[in-house]
Amino acid sequence: MAAPVLTVEGLRTHFFTKAGVVKAVDDVSFAVGRGEVLGLVGESGSGKSMTGYSLMGLVDPPGRIVAGRLVLDGIDLRALSAEELRQMRGNRMAMIFQDPMMTLNPVLRIDVQMIEAILAHDRVSRASARARAREALVKVGIPSPDERLDAYPHQFSGGMRQRVAIAIALLNSPDLIIADEPTTALDVTIQGQILYEMQKLTRETGAALIWITHDLSVIAGLADRVCVMYAGRIVEEGGCEDVLGRPAHPYTQGLLDSVPANNERGQRLRQIPGMTPSLLELPEGCPFRERCGYATAACDASPGMRAAGGPGQQVRCFHPLITLF
Amino acid sequence: MQSVVVLFVMSLLVFVGVYAIGNPIDILINPQADQIDRERAIAALGLDKPLWEQYLVFLKGALTGDLGRSFVHATPALGLILTRMPATMELAIAAMLIAVVLGIPLGLWAGLKPNGVAGRTIMAGSILGFSLPTFWVGLMLIMVFSVMLGWLPSNGRGPTMLLFGLVPVSFLSWEGLSHLVLPATNLALFKLALLIRLTRAGTRESLLQDYVKFARAKGLSNARVIGVHVLRNIMIPIVTVIGLEFGSVIAFAIVTESVFAWPGMGKLLIDSINLLDRPVIVAYLLVIVTLFIVINLVVDVLYSALDPRVRLAEAKG
Repeated sequence: MAAPVLTVEGLRTHFFTKAGVVKAVDDVSFAVGRGEVLGLVGESGSGKSMTGYSLMGLVDPPGRIVAGRLVLDGIDLRALSAEELRQMRGNRMAMIFQDPMMTLNPVLRIDVQMIEAILAHDRVSRASARARAREALVKVGIPSPDERLDAYPHQFSGGMRQRVAIAIALLNSPDLIIADEPTTALDVTIQGQILYEMQKLTRETGAALIWITHDLSVIAGLADRVCVMYAGRIVEEGGCEDVLGRPAHPYTQGLLDSVPANNERGQRLRQIPGMTPSLLELPEGCPFRERCGYATAACDASPGMRAAGGPGQQVRCFHPLITLF
Repeated sequence: MQSVVVLFVMSLLVFVGVYAIGNPIDILINPQADQIDRERAIAALGLDKPLWEQYLVFLKGALTGDLGRSFVHATPALGLILTRMPATMELAIAAMLIAVVLGIPLGLWAGLKPNGVAGRTIMAGSILGFSLPTFWVGLMLIMVFSVMLGWLPSNGRGPTMLLFGLVPVSFLSWEGLSHLVLPATNLALFKLALLIRLTRAGTRESLLQDYVKFARAKGLSNARVIGVHVLRNIMIPIVTVIGLEFGSVIAFAIVTESVFAWPGMGKLLIDSINLLDRPVIVAYLLVIVTLFIVINLVVDVLYSALDPRVRLAEAKG
């Protein structure tokens, strides 16, 4: 892999609530290369979305990034002033959200919402901004873009709205796109179309893509590499085929077993017992040990990352299912 | 169509209600008058007829724009009210302006910084605005600014000038403006508190929405996110409330007008009730109802200008 577009080292994003400190993201490190798709997988509350917000500088109080280095194209994001970070957002890095019904402002026309995203970063005329907006709509496959520019969000279907959101993210040709479960709220057929478009667009533009999801089947077809998150930490990472084909962490195995298609017909669906632990004052040790069939006394200490399985595959476990041969 | 029905029902209710309050003859006629004088007076005012007939006479007149003659002033009731209307309108508009110009920015501030000192102070202040009775605040304003400090006059309108050569208003001269300040502030206080709370609640709710996060993710400046994305959305409920409240400001200017001896419609109404001047009371209430209807209409129009979803629904229906 050439020099990565984005490097994240030891990112910690904590929420300082009255009840205590919630470690939503706790020592997360990864890197994404140009044109690469990184799948960030985990259950609700595993910190995957918060990792995305941290990168964008959109963590709302009482949350705060307390440690870590975030480097995008050689620029240290944490060293930037608020205004410099604003210049990066939507320009060098863009984010797409889960629910397309909610991400577009209901009372503003599409052209207004697209043009403002261009004018926030470029000193161009309104007319040329509009032309660029139209171009972006064409790129994401929206028919009759001229009419669509004058429409309001409620006149679009869910899939179309997500296309518009993607078009907005692409407007300034960002180096990094963070997609936070952008297909979860859509029909399966629409989901397929959006996935296809995203894959095509990142290949064309060479942007790095972080795809946040809980849906392993989406990741399987899309991602080059996968990071599995649990309780604010990355518990396994590696090439997509390695992690999904030969998982080393019991949690990854559990996730794969929970996919109904991987179960045998007529048998009871398998599930991971128990619930994700509360991130409030999480005790020392492996956070998955309460739910893990392989847990031993050793798991009361925090496991470190160790190499496992395929090339670059790493796992945070004392009892990995596969080790280096 | 609906509004016509509302007006009709309202006129019936008011007419019967006012009839039930008391007999104006006892107040209007010299107690020493003899029976013949008395009966002549009753007949002249049309009070000898049964209620339903009086109502029909009134209704016939109302259809031609004649709402009856004042018992006391012996002039058309509607004309009497219309001459007082500019004073009340000026007061109401001034009060509403104060409430809007101060209330929305203060509410925004409190919504953006709910835990800051300023935000908390604004909210505490708005509770005062809600809970202090208007007449008491009016008296206090007079005490402080007129009596103790002597800065502002305490009663009347001051000299008026004609706006567009038609409407007499106070605000065109310094003297008149100084008369307007205290009553307008007094009347504005409650609405100000209401707008602050409404704007704050809307802002806080709006800030949690995904479209605000998405707008920030686009790299928009804070000013644009708040000034366009947030404000456009919270304007919808705010305009509704401003519209409704404007009607009630006109209708309930009575207290303020009484305290500051402001020669508006409210003052006229109180005087008329004291004298049981039935036609004026009836005409006043009908004028107010008409105003409410007109304001609602205007709000509806504004609504569709602000919210594209309403526009679409109308186009379909």
